[in-house]
Amino acid sequence: MNNMQNFTKGFFKENPVLVQLLGMCPTLGVTSTAMNGLGMGLATTFVLLMSNISISLVKNFIPDKVRMPAYIVIIASFVTVVDLVMSGYLPELHEKLGLFIPLIVVNCIVLGRAEAFASKNGVVSSIFDGLGMGLGFAMALTMLGSVRELIGSLSLFGFKLIDADGILLFILPPGAFLALGFLIAFINHLRKTA
Amino acid sequence: MAKKESTLFNMVSSLVIVTLVASTTLGYVYELTKGPIAEAMLAKKIKAIDEVVVAYDNNPVDEMYKIQVEGSKDSLEVYPAKKEGKLVANAIRTFSPKGYGGDVWLMVGLLPDGSINNLAVLEHKETPGLGSKMNNEDFKNQFLSKNPSSFNLKVKKDGGDVDALSGATISSRAFGQATQLAFDTYMKGGQHE
Repeated sequence: MNNMQNFTKGFFKENPVLVQLLGMCPTLGVTSTAMNGLGMGLATTFVLLMSNISISLVKNFIPDKVRMPAYIVIIASFVTVVDLVMSGYLPELHEKLGLFIPLIVVNCIVLGRAEAFASKNGVVSSIFDGLGMGLGFAMALTMLGSVRELIGSLSLFGFKLIDADGILLFILPPGAFLALGFLIAFINHLRKTA
Repeated sequence: MAKKESTLFNMVSSLVIVTLVASTTLGYVYELTKGPIAEAMLAKKIKAIDEVVVAYDNNPVDEMYKIQVEGSKDSLEVYPAKKEGKLVANAIRTFSPKGYGGDVWLMVGLLPDGSINNLAVLEHKETPGLGSKMNNEDFKNQFLSKNPSSFNLKVKKDGGDVDALSGATISSRAFGQATQLAFDTYMKGGQHE
């Protein structure tokens, strides 16, 4: 598989959210607005990229039996870096995503890519894989956030489109499941017909 | 290069190295972001104070003092806003533990006689779209320039004067409660001149 495929597979063919159904906790939890989805997606992309790079670099120095704790320490460190930097420089976004940032540690996409890809491949392909998967995750979260924000509060990225109340259900947790279900059905339809 | 074998020495040494590098990096990033984080929190506080008090020329954060809440261990922070040395308003950081999703923190601006100048929500975990609307002007406007000694801060359902947010009676109750706490505490223990 070449690097271009490593990169693009995260968007459509193996999209972590819409196809692999991984990382459902942040996906359903933070996507009440498009901006939250995008912020969470980009934070995860950063962690995924950095952890993929470091794990592919150190994979030969880490004995098999302790690879999981070692990977978790590496991932948790990058998550803490994101958490600190965000609360210092982007306090408003941090306030909204606050609870979910530490949860990136246990996001199975990050550990999944470390185990399934970075621990078996070189640095360059791991960079492409991390970027592709991360941006695919960000794309899915932004799409879901946009749909929920559009129906739930009739606005997009914070801009009010129609001055009225939306369908509240879509802002609440059940709306996340409904919107995600329709989104997956739509993507599956596209994949089958394409 | 071949993978290292899982001998005890290899396992222990590789984990020690990984954790050592990780903790050094984190210590460094922590030092780096300590300043900006403190600044961001201060900026947020000052913004909330500015929102709830009238024009002032002192530094309310430096003159902050605490008042013990009657019958509890908690104390509220009071930020006095002064103009030409005269007290014009107070921003009081207050809370209610009875929100729908936990604590609700407000910044309440009280004039020296105790009447409400303005309110700002600092922190809450209320339902988005229902309780979170307590930050809206429509809801807050009913409190402005009211004096809690004559304006009953309970919701109408409980015999008070507050129009509750629809679908969020508990949040509205907590909002009134926090404001009442700020008023009671300030009238009892605050500086009035």
